[in-house]
Amino acid sequence: MSNNYVSRKFKNRFFFTLCLLCVIIAVIPLLSILYEVISKGAPFLSLQFLTNDALHGGIGPSIQGTLILIGLTSLIGVPVGILSGVYLAEYGNNKYASFVRTINDVLTEFPSIVVGITAYSVIVIGIIGSFSPIAGAVALSIMLIPIVARTTEESLKLVPNSVREASLALGIHKWKTTLRIVVPAAKSGVVTGALLAIARIAGETAPILLTMLGSNYFFQGFRSSMDALPLRIFRDARWDDPRVQAEAWGVALILILMVLSLNIGVRLAARGRFKR
Amino acid sequence: MRALGMTSKDANNRKGNTKSPSPGVKMQTIDVNAWFGAKQALKNINVSFKKNAVTAIIGPSGCGKSTLIRCLNRMHELVPGSKFSGQVLLDGKNTYAADVDPVMIRRRVGMVFQKPNPFPTMSIYDNVAAGLRLTGASKGKDLDKVVQTSLEQATLWDEVKDDLKKPGTSISGGQQQRLCIARAIALQPEVILMDEPCSALDPIATAKIEGLIVKLKEDYTVVIVTHNMQQAARVSDFTAFMYLGELVEFGDTESVFENPKKELTEKYITGAFG
Repeated sequence: MSNNYVSRKFKNRFFFTLCLLCVIIAVIPLLSILYEVISKGAPFLSLQFLTNDALHGGIGPSIQGTLILIGLTSLIGVPVGILSGVYLAEYGNNKYASFVRTINDVLTEFPSIVVGITAYSVIVIGIIGSFSPIAGAVALSIMLIPIVARTTEESLKLVPNSVREASLALGIHKWKTTLRIVVPAAKSGVVTGALLAIARIAGETAPILLTMLGSNYFFQGFRSSMDALPLRIFRDARWDDPRVQAEAWGVALILILMVLSLNIGVRLAARGRFKR
Repeated sequence: MRALGMTSKDANNRKGNTKSPSPGVKMQTIDVNAWFGAKQALKNINVSFKKNAVTAIIGPSGCGKSTLIRCLNRMHELVPGSKFSGQVLLDGKNTYAADVDPVMIRRRVGMVFQKPNPFPTMSIYDNVAAGLRLTGASKGKDLDKVVQTSLEQATLWDEVKDDLKKPGTSISGGQQQRLCIARAIALQPEVILMDEPCSALDPIATAKIEGLIVKLKEDYTVVIVTHNMQQAARVSDFTAFMYLGELVEFGDTESVFENPKKELTEKYITGAFG
């Protein structure tokens, strides 16, 4: 009996230690990346670095480009994503919707380079005829929409059905019930989901490499190539000069700061709201 | 709009044929059958609801009480896989006629649910005003006045008049239920359906709602589903007893309770089963 107890206790300890070890193994790369990026990137931080164009030792165009790109992508992707999510949650009780839902899930896991090359051949070559911020935003939207649609659907499904019934029983039309009662009730979840999705795609490289190419200059119009932080990292890292290579860390630090502050900020705001 | 799951033989029922209503009858069901998928929840229900009276529907769980009143304002058809056949007359006109918009029926036949369900994002004021605003009926109306009258009719005004901007979900359960009643009467429906409106409430809140129900019949036709036979006896003028989807007995409350015609009714009322 006591022998059995000792061996059980040992097994328990053993598996606990094993799990802990795996967690540590999983966290080490993350922490070391953060450490590398901060220690190697911080020395680059300066006003000139943040605001000058590439020919004057700065990453201004990359920051500007990323902001424009995020703006355009949100403009296209967020409304389409949210409305798709609304459709799936509120009108999605049929075969067509479950088909859409499946496609949506597949698209969420789609290799981003494939999205990029499709956008390249269809939009860059086919429609616009040049590299373009719009092509980049469309490519990123294709990645954004399924994520936003999914989180919107999940948030709307959390709204109790009794709320919908209360509205319909007042003789309020279904679309108005959805728009004015159900969506507002799920608002914080929808907004949080959309912002987290934006933070997630802000660092994507492959789709914009093929659609915007990258640039040393500030915004040049919608029919011209444009830079973004990931593209700058990519270019710097491949440069022959070790000094330029090292600069990639500075760009990476900015990108990580942007993405993390968006991500953490949204989570904090959402937590505050749910507490209230 | 979701299509009704009707079979072709029911199609002739949908021609909106108008019968001259019996005097004093506000609503009437004619051969109403309802299904959830393959399960039949209502079997040939024929019952009428008198104007300015409270009609109680009683019966054990699962007997179809709620389904019946959800057929009266066409909420039943919102359940996926549900079917319906028969007619429901409102002032003698078939509410299931092909040219009738269920949304318009629901504006005339209001509903209060089992659990209080105020709109979670709205204030007390907005909850009461929501029906008018979102149906476009608020035009040219003094919303403040409608909100006040509705809350007064629901005997809630004195308790919330200083907190109209507070969220509708911030008040107690009994107050929320009266808020839902105020929300329903703000649209000035002709009929108010209540689906076990007190089952989630404590005895004091229940007493308030019961008093309110009796008062409401002065202006409205009230149909109330209840589990609680004492409640039916206290508030209603007419009582319908249902069992396994069928209407067993219908009559004025006094005779149903004191002199039931059917043995089954007597057994249920005396608590032999249920």
